Amino acid sequence: MSTIEKDASASSELLALLREQEDELSELKERLSRWEQSCADAPEREILFSTVSGREIKPLYTLLDRTASQYQDALGLPGEYPFTRGPYSTMYRTRLWTMRQFAGFGTAEETNERYKYLLRQGQTGLSVAFDFPTLMGFDSDHPRSLGEVGVCGVAISSLHDMERLFDGIPLDEVSVSMTINGPAIILFCFYVVAAEKQGISPGVLRGTVQNDILKEYQAQHAWIFPPEPALRCIIDMFEWCSENAPKYNPISISGYHIREAGATAAQELAFTLRNGFEYVERAIARGLDVDSFSPRLSFFFDVHNDFFEEIAKFRAARRIWSRVMREKYRAKNPESWRLRTHAQTAGVTLTAQQPENNIVRVAYQAMAAALGGTQSLHTNSMDETLALPTEKSVRTALRTQQVLAFESGVTNTIDPLAGSYFLEALTDELERDALAIFDEIDCFGGVVPAIEEGWFQREIAMSAMLQQREVEAGDRVVVGVNHFTEGSEEVEIETLHIDSGIEESQVAQMVELRARRDPEAVERTLRELRESSRTGGNLVPRILECARAYCTLYEIRRAMEDVFDSYKEPVFF
Amino acid sequence: MQGIDRKIRVLVAKPGLDGHDRGAKVIASALRDAGFEVIYTGLHQTPEMIVNAAVQEDVHIVAMSILSGAHMTLFPKVRELLDGAGANHILLTGGGIIPVEDIEDLESRGIGRLFGPGTPTTEIIDYIQDWFGGQETS
Repeated sequence: MSTIEKDASASSELLALLREQEDELSELKERLSRWEQSCADAPEREILFSTVSGREIKPLYTLLDRTASQYQDALGLPGEYPFTRGPYSTMYRTRLWTMRQFAGFGTAEETNERYKYLLRQGQTGLSVAFDFPTLMGFDSDHPRSLGEVGVCGVAISSLHDMERLFDGIPLDEVSVSMTINGPAIILFCFYVVAAEKQGISPGVLRGTVQNDILKEYQAQHAWIFPPEPALRCIIDMFEWCSENAPKYNPISISGYHIREAGATAAQELAFTLRNGFEYVERAIARGLDVDSFSPRLSFFFDVHNDFFEEIAKFRAARRIWSRVMREKYRAKNPESWRLRTHAQTAGVTLTAQQPENNIVRVAYQAMAAALGGTQSLHTNSMDETLALPTEKSVRTALRTQQVLAFESGVTNTIDPLAGSYFLEALTDELERDALAIFDEIDCFGGVVPAIEEGWFQREIAMSAMLQQREVEAGDRVVVGVNHFTEGSEEVEIETLHIDSGIEESQVAQMVELRARRDPEAVERTLRELRESSRTGGNLVPRILECARAYCTLYEIRRAMEDVFDSYKEPVFF
Repeated sequence: MQGIDRKIRVLVAKPGLDGHDRGAKVIASALRDAGFEVIYTGLHQTPEMIVNAAVQEDVHIVAMSILSGAHMTLFPKVRELLDGAGANHILLTGGGIIPVEDIEDLESRGIGRLFGPGTPTTEIIDYIQDWFGGQETS
């Protein structure tokens, strides 16, 4: 056969194949419409068949719902562009997700003990919860801290507290995640110097600082400075870490708080990714090479109740991120395309009524996170609507992850639900929704103007209100709350009580610290920080100096605030 | 609904450093939809700021949302300041993540009913209307 004849025969074969597929699809269409008619005899139950985010779900998905054009384009292989099937090629067969329970309360010593307990229980990473004064940049002895010291997390007002928090915990071996945003740059510097005191250089530190200020303005509300100087601090950290702490994640771009504040799955996905792109654009504008910082950008998503929608959300997030990083921001390093994420089960789904039921909710949510391909996971404890969790309930939450990882079999193969007509259709739908929301944000001229207009805040509050109405109308079943309520009145579980002496002991520590340190070094380093805040230049080295001189959190905050001013929230409901 | 000559005025307040305002906003919207006049303070308010707003706005009720664990400090403090400002007629109520024993303790110390997660907004509206009705007739 000549080449031409060969080509002709190949294309006629292809044509025949296409015709065959077309016939198959039209036959399927016919059968489907007959099937739909036959279903009319069995009326559906009178409940909502939409997701908790209000997404309508059809009774059946088939081959006809596959919209993404080609398998290779939309899915690829795990660890390969566009990463829909997972950020790593071998996923949990090589390395399980990190089981990382968020913890912190009371003094640094008490939290240090809880960390050592969790590490003995087989937990593989630490996650620091700070108290509200720390989150807002106030020292334990500041008047605004009254009643809140050590209550909701651990109180860290200086390097001295940070040193005690990690006493006897080798920071070169344990990866530590810190949930701190407004004053993130300050707490990060305390951490780096605490490691330095253990003889550990920043180059070997593994861990993450949340440091995502945009979602603070949108949802979580622990801010200090206005957006522009706050963003400057974040890009300073990207720059400093890429040069000095290459294994450390200087940000965890977080959808968790956006979702918990009321957003739908699609809003969580879109707002989070768009915030991520905002940071990328700011860093590029600073003159950083996109591939110098992007590999260390990490994410944090919620895992809510709707099992399939949540799995689809993780897959869509990876696909969108990689495509935009490659196509729009021209990242060349595949590491820059790879979205790695932490996940936490949805605190907002826990009920105060029949709290034991929460163990079951958490288990389903945790399974969705694993099937979505998360890199680390926090599982909530059953008693968290009542108080901070007890040691026992935290252990059950950790055991839930261990049962999932070692008994359920979901880790045996990678992305096991891929190819499901339903899941792939949902993944495509979420992607389309997110892209449409990106366009809305662009109409404002970007994330910061939309924040200043209160757009994100209103969108989130509106979604929260709609969800509340569904629950109150009884349309959305919440077991133990609006249906199946027998037994909801008696809550008989032990809750954790925080010792009320924390405030005094923490205040006494502060007094002692202020007396012991070198006042000249304090004064000098704060003056230099104020100067750099005014003139520009990377603030990390300046704040490291302040930390070494044992300047307190509030002193450092004030020095910056003198130059940066503070954020004023637009109030509405 | 009562025959209302004047509307029930409620100040929804977020005291302390806690930024969790989903509940406060949902409650504020639900109370407004129920026909109350609602003022929302915004976040990060000190007890003094809340009491000043309550007195200035001449509200009947202050509803505080606290999810930070600081309820044992903040509820008594606001009650004390309200009383000190001659506003002991104002009902102080609220909700959040508050252990049952603490709710009982606070309710025995002159704080109104406190509501936990999952409370239907209708229950809160009924409570406020009943309280207000009792005030009018007494």
